[in-house]
Amino acid sequence: MQPEIDLITSFRNPEHIKALAAVIKKEVSRPINIMEVCGGHTHTIMKFGLPQILPEEINFVHGPGCPVCIMPKERIDHAIALASMPNTILATLGDMIRVPGSQTSLQKLRAEGKDIRSLYSPLDVIKIAKENPEKNVVFFAIGFETTTPMSAALVEIVLKEDIKNVFFHINHVTVPEPVDAIMSGGDAKIDAFLGPSHVSVITGYKIYEPIVQKYGTPISVAGFEPTDVMESILRIIRQFNAGTERFVDNQYTRAVSREGNLKAQELIARFMEQREHFRWRGIGDIPKSALKLKDQFAHMDAEVVFKEFLPTQELDDHKLCICGSILKGLAKPYDCKVFGKACTPSNPMGSCMVSSEGACSAYFKYGKLSKKGA
Amino acid sequence: MCLSIPSKVVEIDENNYATVDTLGVKRQVTLDLIPEPVYVGDYVLIHVGFAMNKISKEEAEESLRIYDEIAKQMREGEIDEDEGNVNYAT
Ligand code: SF4
Repeated sequence: MQPEIDLITSFRNPEHIKALAAVIKKEVSRPINIMEVCGGHTHTIMKFGLPQILPEEINFVHGPGCPVCIMPKERIDHAIALASMPNTILATLGDMIRVPGSQTSLQKLRAEGKDIRSLYSPLDVIKIAKENPEKNVVFFAIGFETTTPMSAALVEIVLKEDIKNVFFHINHVTVPEPVDAIMSGGDAKIDAFLGPSHVSVITGYKIYEPIVQKYGTPISVAGFEPTDVMESILRIIRQFNAGTERFVDNQYTRAVSREGNLKAQELIARFMEQREHFRWRGIGDIPKSALKLKDQFAHMDAEVVFKEFLPTQELDDHKLCICGSILKGLAKPYDCKVFGKACTPSNPMGSCMVSSEGACSAYFKYGKLSKKGA
Repeated sequence: MCLSIPSKVVEIDENNYATVDTLGVKRQVTLDLIPEPVYVGDYVLIHVGFAMNKISKEEAEESLRIYDEIAKQMREGEIDEDEGNVNYAT
């Protein structure tokens, strides 16, 4: 029998991390601001203290890739309004429950007796709907391209089994558009990108090609583990040193291809289409950066069916919040006046403090490690 | 949120559900999203109750082989960190 390889710890080998750091230090030939788009990478970088072992030429800029953080308050207020409707069960994934809207959070509402469920999988909605035929079950769907096909799979089952009491509030967002929005202003200090791991599993790395062409910034799709991130950084350095035309590089070959998961892409295309625009917390309005149910499924679209319950006012973060600048590489969390004081993970004032994947939250948690040379 | 964990397929039932082993924890995921056939012993990435794709063992081993090689070079003193890295001619 072949010896098993451990696909997690093998990519956390301290000796490998150190060796990669040494090669990086040897080969780096200019300062490079690297944005990791995905909040999961932010977490890995901070947790394994990568800024401390990398040469100072490598500076991380923490991107917008945390689906909970980028949800504007008015959409959270939607979830709260939906959960407050009579005869309703609201179901959602992840940290969403904790995030405060303009008045309250789902968590508080649940403590007050509203029926709000944290799911392990979107498929749990089926069971909840069948067990509660007299209630409306609203699935508040969040996430990047990684999670979108799972919501689409749920839509497919609900239609096939003709389940009448399930509704969808779709907040699925996409990666290339916010990256383009950050770069298009012209003031962002970003030289290269770490491409998200699991978004790319679904979409394939082809989706980043237009960005590399437009801005000439290399992108290296990286796996989730520390040696993956380190290797991607080395590959970016080598791209700069080679001086050739920039391209989308794929470090995460064990899971990502150029085309991605076509079955998942097909499932999304069957039920969802691009929104004209979507407001991102901390960034603002971005055209075509999110999805919605196609019009033919309006009868199960919570935004259509329960329109009268949903507030329409747009709500911005506190004026002192500098998340927008942090996302462009123009500032670091500790440049914010209220960081760690008025703004903490339990009382977030802005998007980057909201979930453990946000830049401010990661700096708060791993704070002492992060302030290099200061 | 986008965290997905490599897991090993230990059983597949007739509804295309797999029992996977994630760091010793067993759970059920559907294989419906995976375009190609999945077999017991394969590794998959799982996310919110779905397997998203297969992980290539060969590619994983190839990456680890490269890291071993770099680590070996370092042990043998072939990598001098301070070499290069002096002027920033871009
Ligand atoms: S610390 Fe809070 S207020 Fe300041 S930038 Fe971060 S999220 Fe915004």
